[in-house]
Amino acid sequence: MKNVLYVRKEMLAEQSPPPSSIGAVGWIKQNLFNGWFNSILTLISLFLIYSILINLIPWLLSPTWQANSLTECREINNAIKDGGGACWGVITERWPQFIFGFYTRDEIWRPVLVFLFLLITIAPVLIDWLPRKLLLLLVVFPYVAVWLLWGGPVWSPLVSFLGLLLGYCTWHFLKPTANTGGAVGHVQLLSKHPFILVIMTIAIPIVWWSFLATPLSNSLTDIFPWGLKVLPSRNFGGLLLSLTIGVTAIFFSLPLGVLLALGRQSDLLIVKVLCVWFIEFIRGVPLITLLFVASTLLNIFMPPGTNFDIILRVVIMVTLFSAAYLAEVVRGGLAGLDTGQYEGANALGFSYWKAQRLIIMPQALKISIPGIVSTFIGIFKDTTLVSVIGLMDPLGLTTAIRADMAWNGVYWEINIFVAVLFFVFCFSMSRYSMYLERKLQKKN
Amino acid sequence: MAEQENFQKRSFELSMLIYDTRYRSTSIQVIALLIFFSFVVWLINNTAANMAVSGKDIDFSFLFNQSGYDINQKFLEYNSQSTHLRAAVLGVMNTLVLSAMGCITATILGVIVGIARLSKNWIVSRIMAVYIEIFRNVPLLLWIILVMAVTVESFPRPNAFRGADPSATMKLFDSVALTNRGIYLPEPLFSKGLGDIALFSNSFSISLDLMVILFVLISSILCIKKIKKRASRIQEATGERPTTWYWVISVLVIPTFIVLVILGFYLGYPELKGFNFKGGIQLRNSLIALWVALSLYTSAFIAEIVRAGILAVSSGQSEAASALGMRPNRIMSLVILPQAMRVIVPPLISHYLSLTKNSSLAIAVGYMDVTGTLMGITLNQTGRELETLLLGMSIYLCISLMISSVVNWYNKKNDLVGR
Repeated sequence: MKNVLYVRKEMLAEQSPPPSSIGAVGWIKQNLFNGWFNSILTLISLFLIYSILINLIPWLLSPTWQANSLTECREINNAIKDGGGACWGVITERWPQFIFGFYTRDEIWRPVLVFLFLLITIAPVLIDWLPRKLLLLLVVFPYVAVWLLWGGPVWSPLVSFLGLLLGYCTWHFLKPTANTGGAVGHVQLLSKHPFILVIMTIAIPIVWWSFLATPLSNSLTDIFPWGLKVLPSRNFGGLLLSLTIGVTAIFFSLPLGVLLALGRQSDLLIVKVLCVWFIEFIRGVPLITLLFVASTLLNIFMPPGTNFDIILRVVIMVTLFSAAYLAEVVRGGLAGLDTGQYEGANALGFSYWKAQRLIIMPQALKISIPGIVSTFIGIFKDTTLVSVIGLMDPLGLTTAIRADMAWNGVYWEINIFVAVLFFVFCFSMSRYSMYLERKLQKKN
Repeated sequence: MAEQENFQKRSFELSMLIYDTRYRSTSIQVIALLIFFSFVVWLINNTAANMAVSGKDIDFSFLFNQSGYDINQKFLEYNSQSTHLRAAVLGVMNTLVLSAMGCITATILGVIVGIARLSKNWIVSRIMAVYIEIFRNVPLLLWIILVMAVTVESFPRPNAFRGADPSATMKLFDSVALTNRGIYLPEPLFSKGLGDIALFSNSFSISLDLMVILFVLISSILCIKKIKKRASRIQEATGERPTTWYWVISVLVIPTFIVLVILGFYLGYPELKGFNFKGGIQLRNSLIALWVALSLYTSAFIAEIVRAGILAVSSGQSEAASALGMRPNRIMSLVILPQAMRVIVPPLISHYLSLTKNSSLAIAVGYMDVTGTLMGITLNQTGRELETLLLGMSIYLCISLMISSVVNWYNKKNDLVGR
């Protein structure tokens, strides 16, 4: 290389970046004040935040947590400044109602226990280092929760749980295994005709529930009258009601939704048409009309004389509603799968259900997690609609509280409390679904 | 070969209905159909028995009886002497008006929020994230009730506008009155109007003036399309696009303006008479509350859709466009948006659908949509649960099916062909 005077031969020492482009100053310059447009936006946003906070914080911080009525609140607020401040006494007085509904002080342990049990039950679903066997609690929980909340003799949940157990035993003990194949008469019959086993597994519990369960539990109650005091559905209210409806609907609608999605995707024309009709009908009408059906019409469709609980009717409708939406979400997941997955399952000679269980569903459900969770969130939010048909969910309670002379005129405080209640649940659900999505993505 | 013949010759056995795939699907379908029909028959039997017990029958003639109740927000002639059917039709109109208003504002707001959420400005994108999370995670019914409370509590009462020194004044050059009973807007009137055409033996009327104006507007828009097409043709032939904006504006404005002058257009301002405002268009505060709450709530969802749609266009597209030397706003309008639209539009329309269905929450604040009239007061007055609910549900079903057929059409048109 020729020596040229004006070409530098050695590298210069690295210089640190100018102080205005690193650290806090650099970050602010890059993210908030790059260009005149962004600077204006930043200033407007800062002003907006400032003006919201300057009005909101004194209002939120008013020391009225011990007040017994709205007038008392106003006195406290007037003593401090010109009277603008929240009235939090209503929350102090009424929060048990917002959480547990109308259970009296002596019975409040029952919903508390149910909440605790619910937490324990969903823990293994949410946290994956807990032993998998704990998932069995999912089967036990509905029986315990119903018994604790509504009360009644201890025998009816036990006996009806026995039906479930009977079905499981039928399946488990009569299932033809490789080493018993062709040994004994009935085993041979079952291994030749596996559908008999399926029918038996379904039929035995149904026979048990419809003919044997009630007399058995009645006679057991006569002998050993152990149980809890029966409480009417009127007692349900607040978050307890929302959770009862929401959790039950979520619990039952997922399997129903998966079945509907499979039905809609199936080659069987009639099954497909029935599923499409059902899904499109439910998705085509607002939930509130279905709740009207639940409150006024459902008893007309049942055999004369049946009169079942309004909460149960609402739960049925909300479950069907959520199942139709889930079916569409799961169908999206199924459609998102590569055709190769179906072809691969067929090539391996998997039966339809085996292919679904082992190959298709795990992938399809994984794709549709965001949709499934947002449907769950939607369902949980939609439980507030029951206030329109007169049930006392948190939103219905706000109306009831305003009807009280002491709190007539309290608007914001209780509504904000309810909003925060729902926000906590829905927001954590959506965050959890994001976490789950990331976790499942990492595995691949 | 021999085996195959052997197989075909195997005579039909009963067990083949279950184990032979040729027959299995048929037998499953027959069983499904049987179960379905027996379920339907069971339902019908129960219903008939229950109706017989309570002495009711299925009869839709109540629709032609006098309704006896008033509807406060109406876009058609209606009074308490009108029939239940007319009340239902007004309810449907109220539902559609509310939904249309909500869809428009929710889309505008949602697009702004969605784009601002992607802003490089940290503070703006954080604020938008908070906005989205707050509105998505709190039930819609709560928002409706809160906004209703705001309109009732914070707007002045009509009598605050009275007197020499009123505590409240009308806004926008004395044309708009914000009161706690609703918002009063000036209404368009015609001094030399053409009158109305009555339809269905005077039960509905259509304003001829409106039809004329609409006709002129539509033909102007068609003309503008022609002008633009011509400009494109010239651009393709010569490479230079003729300036057309003054043509476009004059074609759009001048004919409409002339028609308005001929018809004698003027604005009828609301005036305080007695205890309330008279004249002008009144938007009840229940309508305002629903409109605002539905727009805010749905806009949060639309913002997420818009954001997802823009993010779905791979960054290579915008990089390639800027490598070709395109300006940022051109990249947005010519490269990113057309591709993002394919992702955005189907969920957007399904959110319009859910907005329409959510408008049934109107019953919580007393806005008389079809849930409030047909499935609310009419149901309570006539006691015909089955008929009113069936009718109401089928109205919603029709609206939904129409909207979802639009989605299907769009998907079919824009689907990328896969295997």
